[in-house]
Amino acid sequence: MESVLGNKKAVAVLLGPALIFFVGVIAVPVVWSFVYSLYTGNVIRGFTFVGAANLTRLWSDPEAHQAFWFTLKYALVVTAGQILLGYALALLYVFVLRRASTLVRTMVFFPVVLPTVSVSLLFSRFFQYAPTDGPINSILKVLGAQHVDFFSAGGTSFIVLVVMDLWRTQGFYAVLLYAGLVEIPDSAIDAARVDGAGGWRLVRHVVVPMSLPVLFSAVIFSFNASLKVFDSVLALTRGGPGSDTTPLNLFMYKTSFLSTDYGYGSTIALLITGVCLVVTLAIFRSSRRDLTKG
Amino acid sequence: MTVDTVSPPVHTDPPRAPVPRATDRAIAMFAGKGLTRLLIAVLLVVVCYPMFWILATSFKNQNEFLDKPLWKLPATLHGSNYVDAWTNGRLGHNALNSLLVTVPSLAMILVFGAAAGFALEVMVWRGRSTTLLLIVGGIMVPAQIILLPLFTIYFKLGLSNTLWPLIITYVGHGLPLTVFLMATYFRGVPREMFEAATIDGAGIYRMFWSVAVPMVRNGLFTVALLMFFSIWNDLLIALTFNVDKNLQTVQVGLLNFSDEYGSLQYGPLFAAISITVFSTLLVYVFINRQVMRGLTAGSVKG
Repeated sequence: MESVLGNKKAVAVLLGPALIFFVGVIAVPVVWSFVYSLYTGNVIRGFTFVGAANLTRLWSDPEAHQAFWFTLKYALVVTAGQILLGYALALLYVFVLRRASTLVRTMVFFPVVLPTVSVSLLFSRFFQYAPTDGPINSILKVLGAQHVDFFSAGGTSFIVLVVMDLWRTQGFYAVLLYAGLVEIPDSAIDAARVDGAGGWRLVRHVVVPMSLPVLFSAVIFSFNASLKVFDSVLALTRGGPGSDTTPLNLFMYKTSFLSTDYGYGSTIALLITGVCLVVTLAIFRSSRRDLTKG
Repeated sequence: MTVDTVSPPVHTDPPRAPVPRATDRAIAMFAGKGLTRLLIAVLLVVVCYPMFWILATSFKNQNEFLDKPLWKLPATLHGSNYVDAWTNGRLGHNALNSLLVTVPSLAMILVFGAAAGFALEVMVWRGRSTTLLLIVGGIMVPAQIILLPLFTIYFKLGLSNTLWPLIITYVGHGLPLTVFLMATYFRGVPREMFEAATIDGAGIYRMFWSVAVPMVRNGLFTVALLMFFSIWNDLLIALTFNVDKNLQTVQVGLLNFSDEYGSLQYGPLFAAISITVFSTLLVYVFINRQVMRGLTAGSVKG
């Protein structure tokens, strides 16, 4: 037994390929990125050492500030939406539809698997203004309201972006939270019902506290994913109008591959990584504290 | 509909005596049911209408799209949009590229990921938990931070004008999560299985392939689905390493969709969106039980 499972050569053979990919595609590039952030230039022009210059540039770059605040605003709004909508749907599945929820769950999950680019193109036509009105503008006209050029201003573009991303992802968070709700023992719910708790009181004082762990992991997941938003923005608004809807990720992409400034691009990538890490740790710590209290 | 059958009997049979409290409750129940139905109807419309609209529009010609109200159904079905999208819009060509990237990436992720998960979870050696922690830490690494160094490496290796950069990056980026999940699935297999196999004289490779892998078949399938969708739908990595128009994947091609003369034809564009959306849906319909089960199991563990 020991000799078979402790076979060193077999460990090397089985683990080797994965380890090579891990080191080559993850470990080395991460370290390399740190080094790049101390330089300016690119592969073709060559690199010059600039030390902390990229960091100070990032600190005072208005474009970077805009991208940073946009990313934060987007992540906050989308996370709140995903968790609230997802939780509402999960409650609907568990307490109203019960065992009949399979079909609805499947349908609402549909958009999750669709390619983001296709969904973005679909929504940009759905909210279209020129050369012809899309369904949303057609409805607005029928209702007697002014039709709106959604993609001409940052504010309305942002709204369309949020609506689309919620449409795309609500099914995923609904199923994730549903899995947490199903785990709550029936006895706990029944006991609360016997004690006279029903409807909102039941949800507020029994269901929500008991599903806190899965709620927190959903928040971490959602916030982390929305901080890295890229596909939907690029395909829906291309970051525009101007750079009104440019998140850090797209800003990094433009800096690196359109302006071919590798050093500054790496510095932005480090900022993204840092923000993700800080947010994860912050949510993780606060959830730990709350759980021990409750 | 089926809602009635699963409600407890207390709710479906309100007492006959006109006790005020019971009537109130019956009215509340009725309103609740109406509200539930309305809610479900709204949900289904919100989910399905955009997809239906894209399908309807994909059969319109350019004039119909520009001049008629957009919710109208097409007067005649212009199936030629689909032919245009597939050939002039290069969708067929791009789909082939996507396949050429996805299939080998997926195969490598599964084989390497399962082998590594087995070596890290079932086998006994010093440093295995540190190694597992290190690889799992890779889940937190965002794709953006590895793009630039990889771009340099591929450029220097002369791989820039092939599909290899995509395949290598997908495998490396997908492995940490795969290894983590596979290790979790292997943890669920009773150790006695491996002991019995050893007593029966199985070597380590045979044990991995003929005992361990079949035991985690469901888990492997779930990981395969997860990875398939993330690779097939990826834009960031494909966009970064695809400089050549002939190497474009479906997502990159869609982003810059135009006919062979470079102008935007709405019919073929909608046809292209329809093809990608409905082919993905078709795959999903066949496997959605597995997707749901995998997602549910994963979230409870995490």
